[in-house]
Amino acid sequence: MTADNDEVAERVTQTPAHPVAQPVSLPQPAHGKGSASAQVHGKQHPIGMYLKAWGYLFVLSAMSYLVDYFHVEGVLRWALILTFMILKAGLIVAIFMHMAWERLSLIYAILVPPLCLGTLVLFMAIESNYTFWTRIIFFGKGP
Amino acid sequence: MTPATLTKTESAPAERGFRSLAADWSSDQEVFKQVHWGKAMMWIFLLSDTFVFSCFLTAYMTVRSSTTVPWPNPSEVFALDIGGRPIPLILIAIMTFILISSSGTMAMAVNFGYRRDRLKTTLLMLATAALGATFVSMQAFEWTKLIVDEGVRPWGNPMGAPQFGSCFFMITGFHGLHVSAGVIYLLVIASKVARGRYEQKGNYEVVEIAGLYWHFVDLVWVFIFALFYLW
Repeated sequence: MTADNDEVAERVTQTPAHPVAQPVSLPQPAHGKGSASAQVHGKQHPIGMYLKAWGYLFVLSAMSYLVDYFHVEGVLRWALILTFMILKAGLIVAIFMHMAWERLSLIYAILVPPLCLGTLVLFMAIESNYTFWTRIIFFGKGP
Repeated sequence: MTPATLTKTESAPAERGFRSLAADWSSDQEVFKQVHWGKAMMWIFLLSDTFVFSCFLTAYMTVRSSTTVPWPNPSEVFALDIGGRPIPLILIAIMTFILISSSGTMAMAVNFGYRRDRLKTTLLMLATAALGATFVSMQAFEWTKLIVDEGVRPWGNPMGAPQFGSCFFMITGFHGLHVSAGVIYLLVIASKVARGRYEQKGNYEVVEIAGLYWHFVDLVWVFIFALFYLW
């Protein structure tokens, strides 16, 4: 296969005597070729975009930490935690994992199956509610 | 059906046994077009891993909402004394920031990989691995503190519901295992990048695939942080 040939070619062309000097001497031709191939791949995003996503993740994490720090309780606490969680997950999947630039077939193949987990969560919520009341009724409060 | 289909079937290579099975199922069909096969497979692996972690988190939800004993308050359990006063959940917050930072450096490593900047890719991947190792060490510290100082066991603890320990060790342990495996994985790929293995073809997809795994580890932590530590 071609992959094997390339590996052999790599080993032949590589100069093992200067493993560190090579990347320094390479950049000039490598950069021109790199940007061309990156355009083919469609993966060329500015670094600033990742730094921005990183910043947002930091802010969202800090905010979810502050929810705990300031002892926000009740429905507001759960709503805030879940909102920040979903926003963070969305940022990671869409930007860091490049899902936003994938083909629709891959996006659906990966993101649709986890939706059935909602059924599992619902069933287990019903089940645990049943277990809880069984324990209260038959064992009283606490062991 | 038509003679054309017949001749096509007849002219198909005579594969037998499991080879015929594989040949028939693949049949030269490609679903994820222009997607590197390794990337598609990594995504499918991550999908299966999503279900594993979801099972853990759902099990945790089930035992927590069915217990009649009060659940230990994670905010107090994971507090650290800094400067004489306890700061709630501070260790976990720092761990979260470290893991997010490692995801950021990994995303940039992938980007530099596609620019064929070998040195920066290697350095950023090593930084990612270092942050991941820091995360695991902090988790080891957290486990030690909980087991030795607070007496938390998988079957019970002094603070409340006994299920707390089993959920905690199972979920964070499995996640920590993923981080540890990821650190090794990243180091292997980083050393290959450094040796110039992906230089010739510019085939830096391997870095992106490793990145996918690493971001997934971060993604799982987002859910654990929200559902286990903050809830």
